[in-house]
Amino acid sequence: MAQMNDLAVLVKELEEQLVTCIRCGMCQSVCPLFEQTRKEADVARGKLALLSGLMENIFEDPSGVSQRLNKCLLCGSCAANCPSGVNVLEIFIKARAILTEYTGLSPVKQLIFKRMLANPKIFDTLTQWAGRFQNLFIKDQANAQGTSCARLVSPLLAGRHVLPMAKNPFHKSLADLSRTPLAKGNKKDSGLRALFFTGCLIDKIFPNVAHASVKVLTHHGVGLSIPQGQGCCGIPALASGDRETFTRLVDHHLDLFKNEKFDVLITACATCTSTIKKLWPTLYKNPTSGVKEQLDALSQRTMDINQFLVDRVKPDFGKDAPSVSGPSGEIVTYHDPCHLKKSLGVAAQPRKIIRAAGKTLVEMEDSDKCCGMGGSFNLFHYDVSASIGNLKQKNIADTGCTTLLTGCPACMMQISDMLARNKQNIKVCHPMEVYARALEEKIK
Amino acid sequence: MISQSVVNELKKIVGPEHLLTEREDMLTYSYDAAVLDSQMPCAAVMPGTSPEVGRIVALCHENRIPITVRGSGTNLSGGTIPESKGIVLLTGRLNKIIEINEQDMYAVVQPGVVTASLAAAVEKRGLFYPPDPGSQAVSTLGGNVAENAGGLRGLKYGVTKDYVMGLHFFDAQGRYVKTGSRTVKCATGYNITGLMTGSEGTLGIFDEIILKLIPAPIARQSMVAVFDTIDAASETVAAIIAARIVPATLEILDNFTIRAVEDFSHAGLPVDAAALLLIEVDGHPVVVAEEGEKVESLCRKMGAKNIKRAETDEERDKIWAARRSALSALAKLKPTLVLEDATVPRSKIPEMVRALQEIAKKYQIDIGTFGHAGDGNLHPTILTDRRNTEEFKRVEEAIEAIFDKALALGGTLSGEHGTGIAKAPFLEKETGFSSILFSRQLRSALDPHNILNPGKITGVSK
Ligand code: SF4
Ligand code: SF4
Repeated sequence: MAQMNDLAVLVKELEEQLVTCIRCGMCQSVCPLFEQTRKEADVARGKLALLSGLMENIFEDPSGVSQRLNKCLLCGSCAANCPSGVNVLEIFIKARAILTEYTGLSPVKQLIFKRMLANPKIFDTLTQWAGRFQNLFIKDQANAQGTSCARLVSPLLAGRHVLPMAKNPFHKSLADLSRTPLAKGNKKDSGLRALFFTGCLIDKIFPNVAHASVKVLTHHGVGLSIPQGQGCCGIPALASGDRETFTRLVDHHLDLFKNEKFDVLITACATCTSTIKKLWPTLYKNPTSGVKEQLDALSQRTMDINQFLVDRVKPDFGKDAPSVSGPSGEIVTYHDPCHLKKSLGVAAQPRKIIRAAGKTLVEMEDSDKCCGMGGSFNLFHYDVSASIGNLKQKNIADTGCTTLLTGCPACMMQISDMLARNKQNIKVCHPMEVYARALEEKIK
Repeated sequence: MISQSVVNELKKIVGPEHLLTEREDMLTYSYDAAVLDSQMPCAAVMPGTSPEVGRIVALCHENRIPITVRGSGTNLSGGTIPESKGIVLLTGRLNKIIEINEQDMYAVVQPGVVTASLAAAVEKRGLFYPPDPGSQAVSTLGGNVAENAGGLRGLKYGVTKDYVMGLHFFDAQGRYVKTGSRTVKCATGYNITGLMTGSEGTLGIFDEIILKLIPAPIARQSMVAVFDTIDAASETVAAIIAARIVPATLEILDNFTIRAVEDFSHAGLPVDAAALLLIEVDGHPVVVAEEGEKVESLCRKMGAKNIKRAETDEERDKIWAARRSALSALAKLKPTLVLEDATVPRSKIPEMVRALQEIAKKYQIDIGTFGHAGDGNLHPTILTDRRNTEEFKRVEEAIEAIFDKALALGGTLSGEHGTGIAKAPFLEKETGFSSILFSRQLRSALDPHNILNPGKITGVSK
């Protein structure tokens, strides 16, 4: 009990934020997890009450609270809808860090986060091996999403359709890319300079999204710099309570970007953008003088690629846009990633781009409802994750679309899996991909 | 504590995954939305069928285990705070709309159906379920019936009790009771439906609820009137009613609330206004146009310095979004928010509003007042920090003063939040002891072991 008292003291750090929850219960109406389980411990109100319980030292050991706290998509639906403005995500992430620091990280996570993720070079090499060897384990299936069923059905994979690692991750092409005259667009110069943050999933699973982004930005005359040696934005470590590794990753990138000249930092990954914008400044551990200001300034300059294109580059979509197929173009639908719409308020811009690419956008029901991915939530709670994702795939299919578009590679993975499980013949792409393709066709 | 054998029985009834007993989970069922002390139950069960509910009640009767039913736990009077020796029965899995009958205009639902989802389902068919409590996006119909919940439309359309046509429920011993019917008229037996509505889980546990539906109104007109004094605003409310106009909604916001909403939503509200009235008339287009005119000229006559009519749907939505964000905006100001619902005959609204301002001054606390002025149901909302014990004591005194004033004006302690734990000690003031005794006798006859939500409404019965 004496030790639990220490923990209570640590959690007390969150008290001022915890007391803002007025227990109104409104979060139940939007929590995708609660919709499935109907259990109070799964919704924000219940989890916040559990943290208050820790603070009041009423439990004998923290594992029960920790387990319930980790069962959460961190989708932020609760926070976006909370009448009292409780900063739910920040509380949850800080609490996870406090609990992890108190109980220690599990050995597997230690290996992944401390050894692999924290060191972008090792991470790159390892995943590249995985990319080469996976053909031995995963048999290709000819489906629209390009997913494949794990041949050796390990318990962890449980029949899911995993997207193969790309044979050529994006960073491998950087050497070639840097030789092309990136700084000058091949048309007029927009006068804007952007630093492109790739992000792990795009680099290793969806390199095509990065290539498309480069194409689009270059076309619109944006000067680009894509520094070599980028790594993970840190969210997986942070979500598991490993603030240490997270902070090291932030340091790594601060150092990497130090000598770069750019107006904006852009990413094509909703999760990376919201992590850099919202979590880098608030969750960096013990910042030394100047670091906090640096992170705040960087946060100010960070933007989602769709938002950047529409609000900053402002191309005249009527004239400049590819719009090859006109209003009768392919029917597509768009899924709002939680980290774009709920966290950053970006929803109109990707739609504009999709229309500019000549697609017919048919809205699905609940387009801003979480897809159920939730990072490692999907790994540890695959069943619930799949039933949430199943609702999504149904709404997608109901639109009669042939392509689903979304601005986050994590959502792309989850939705691909869900569509493949249900044998839906629907492709999954990023808005940048369709826009870039339309550009190419126009130039042809 | 409940015995292991009872736990095993419960597990057998609902299946192990639907029985929770761990301390962590118990903590999450120890509170509701009321500002009261929490209380952990021994177990929480989540039945999926009505026979399971019946068996749970019978088991608890046999073993004298208290049961508190919980829908979404949004109760504002502590009605869902359980007994420490009891169990919580969750209605989350009993959430099917069994029937929507367009011809006879009724719906049959299980208790766990969320209010807004029924409202949306019937709206798709051109029908209307009017009761719209503030928490309708999460609140369950079982909870609405048990609390006789109100909402913004009380003035014209009434409250939940006006829509309950019939109920099927389990009594304290787990026997099945049917009352009311699917017909508009029903004169058989006692009006047990009426008794059960607002019984807060103390007389039986609902299984099926038959709700009345009405045709949706064809036209609506919303407007905002701005006043220099709160007296003028509240007297306008009385004048509109005296002119025999019954708006669907007639809401008031005081200056404190207006400023909070404006700070929070930047909706363009006049922050220097002493009060706003938000009014909506609905019905047949011709009537709506005529009543709209009348209300507008009445407001002017009573001293409104500005009146704005909503010309488009967006403008209308904006008006009601401002009203709906009142509670949120106030909630953000301080950690603890005590939402009261003392109600007075509507002609007494001006006097009640004045009294609230005096009480805020006297006890030196922040009270934001908004609410359903049209039906006399104000929501004085006290902002405080429960951890500040000195201030919270003043808050409690102020609440008592509000109660006293409402009763002195011929009103009631609660318009729509229920008695629960919060108001049980004050009930005698309103009804006198013999009325409480009557309720207690009724209760002990129907529930000899006192297992149905003990401690609520009638206080701790001997
Ligand atoms: S909506 Fe916000 S204030 Fe209400 S219970 Fe959920 S977290 Fe707490
Ligand atoms: S973050 Fe998402 S899953 Fe987690 S509690 Fe909030 S709404 Fe539910």
